[in-house]
Amino acid sequence: MTTALSIRDMLVHYDGFAALNRVSVDVEYGQSYGIVGESGSGKSTLLRAVTGLTSFQEGSLTVDGRSYSGRKRDHAFYRTVQMVFQDPYGSLHPRQTVDRLLLEPLTIHGFDNVDARIARALDEVGLGSGFRFRYSHQLSGGQRQRIAIARALIVEPKILLLDEPTSALDASIQAEILNLLEQARHDRNLTFVMVSHDLGVISHMCERVAVMKGGEVVETVPVDALENRQFSADYTRRLLVASEGFRRD
Amino acid sequence: MTLLTVDDLKVSFPTRTGEVKAVRGVSFTLGRERLGIVGESGSGKSQTGRAIMGLTPRQAKITADRLAFGDTDLLSLGLKERRRLRGKRMAMILQDPKYSLNPVMTIGRQIVETLKTHEDIGSAEAKARTLAMLEAVQISDPERVFNLYPHEVSGGMGQRAMIAMMLICGPELLIADEPTSALDVTVQLEVLDILDRLVAERGMGLIFISHDLRLVSTFCDRVLVMYAGRVVEELSSANLHEAKHPYTQGLLNCLPQIGSHRHPLPVLERKPEWAL
Repeated sequence: MTTALSIRDMLVHYDGFAALNRVSVDVEYGQSYGIVGESGSGKSTLLRAVTGLTSFQEGSLTVDGRSYSGRKRDHAFYRTVQMVFQDPYGSLHPRQTVDRLLLEPLTIHGFDNVDARIARALDEVGLGSGFRFRYSHQLSGGQRQRIAIARALIVEPKILLLDEPTSALDASIQAEILNLLEQARHDRNLTFVMVSHDLGVISHMCERVAVMKGGEVVETVPVDALENRQFSADYTRRLLVASEGFRRD
Repeated sequence: MTLLTVDDLKVSFPTRTGEVKAVRGVSFTLGRERLGIVGESGSGKSQTGRAIMGLTPRQAKITADRLAFGDTDLLSLGLKERRRLRGKRMAMILQDPKYSLNPVMTIGRQIVETLKTHEDIGSAEAKARTLAMLEAVQISDPERVFNLYPHEVSGGMGQRAMIAMMLICGPELLIADEPTSALDVTVQLEVLDILDRLVAERGMGLIFISHDLRLVSTFCDRVLVMYAGRVVEELSSANLHEAKHPYTQGLLNCLPQIGSHRHPLPVLERKPEWAL
C-alpha cells in the first residue's frame, strides 16, 4: 500500500452550491502534491473536507489505510494529519503563549516529555527558546507561521496539509518558510498536500500538481510538464502566464 | 515637469521605548511616470507613501528639506487644504478592498461621495459619471455594482471599485500601496492592466508600492529599493539585472520560479551596515 491519501468522487454542497464536484485525488507516501486554482475553485474546501472542518456528502476518503466520512475524525487521524493555515494572524490563539499553543496538541495526544519536545519544536523551526513565552501578537507574520508549522509538526504527523502557507507573507519571508517546509519534509519523510494560487511556489515545492477550477479538477500533471509546457488545459496556460508577471502589450 | 519633490523625508514615531524611525531620509522626484518603491515589511515604503498623502498618524513627526507637490509645499499646508488636495489632485489605492471600503455604504454612494466632496455637481450628473467610471475599470454591469455593498463583491471587483473611486476626480498623482497583493494571480493581472491603461491615458504620475520586486519592475519605469527606512538603490526597470546592491539581488533571487531548480531557495541577507 503506497497511497497515503485517497479521495474518490468527493462531493461538497453548500445549500445546493457544489463547492467540490466529484473530485478524485491520490497522494502517495512521501510525495509532495500541489493544488492550484483561483479563489472559489474549491482548493481550500478540499483540504477542509479532508480534515473534517467541512463535511462531504458523497464519495470516499481514505487516509493512511483508514476510511472516513462526514465530519467525524478520530484521534488517530489527527496524529497522522496536521494542517497549516493561510493566515498566521488568524490561526494562533491570541491569548495563549507560544508554550501553551504547543502544549495543547501534546496533551491531547498524550505525549510525555513535553518540555523537551516544545524546546525541540521551536529549535526545528528556527526560533530559539526566547520565543517560548511570548504571545502571538508579539511576533511577526513569518515568526507566527513558523509557530503554526511547529504546532503541526509537534505531534509527528505523516501527512501535512498546507493551505496557502506563504501567501500572507513578504516574498523574502516566503523563501525562508518554503525552505523550512522542505527541510522538515526531508528530515521527517513527510507527505505534503499544498494548496496555492501561485504556480511558482507549487512548481518549487511539489512533484505533481492538480489544477482546479469551479470545484473540479481540470487537469493533473507532473511538475516537469509545466516547465516543458506539456499540458492540455487552457486554464493551466492562463495560470502559467499569470505567474510570469505583468506584461504590457 | 516635476510633479512631486521629496527631499530628505524623515518619519518617526514616539513610543514608550523611544523614537522609532520608520523613514530616515528618502529623496526622489517624480514626473508623469511610473515609479516603484520596493522593500520588505517595515522598510518604510508605505510610510513614505502615507507621508506624501498626509495620512500619517498625528503623533508621528515628519520632517523634510522639501516635500512639494508641484509648487505647493505640503509640510506647511493646513489640514483643510490638505483635505482639498487629497482625493482630488492626489489619490491612494490601498491594499485590501475588504478593509478599505466603507462596509455600510453601497459602492456607488461611496464614489458619488468622493465626487461631491470635491466638485460642485448635481446628483444625477454625479451618478452618471460614477457609472461611466465603473465602466472604465471594466465592470461590465455598472448599474448593478453601483447598488452593491462591498461585502457582496469579489476582491478583484472591490479593487476595481477602489480604483474607480480614486480616479474619478482625475488626480495628477496616484499612489498605489500593494494594490494587488490581496488578489489572486489571474485577477492581479486584470487589475494591473486596468490601472496601467488608465494611468497612461490620463497622464498621471504613479507611485507603486510593493514587496514584489519582479512585479514592480515589469510595471514601472523606475524602481527605488528601500531597506530600513532608506533608499539603498535606484534602478531603471530595464536594467534590473544590473542591480549592484546585495539586498536588491536578494529580493530578486528569493522568488521561486518555474523551471529553475534551486533547493533550498536563496534567502535574503540583512546586514546591519546596510542600514547605516
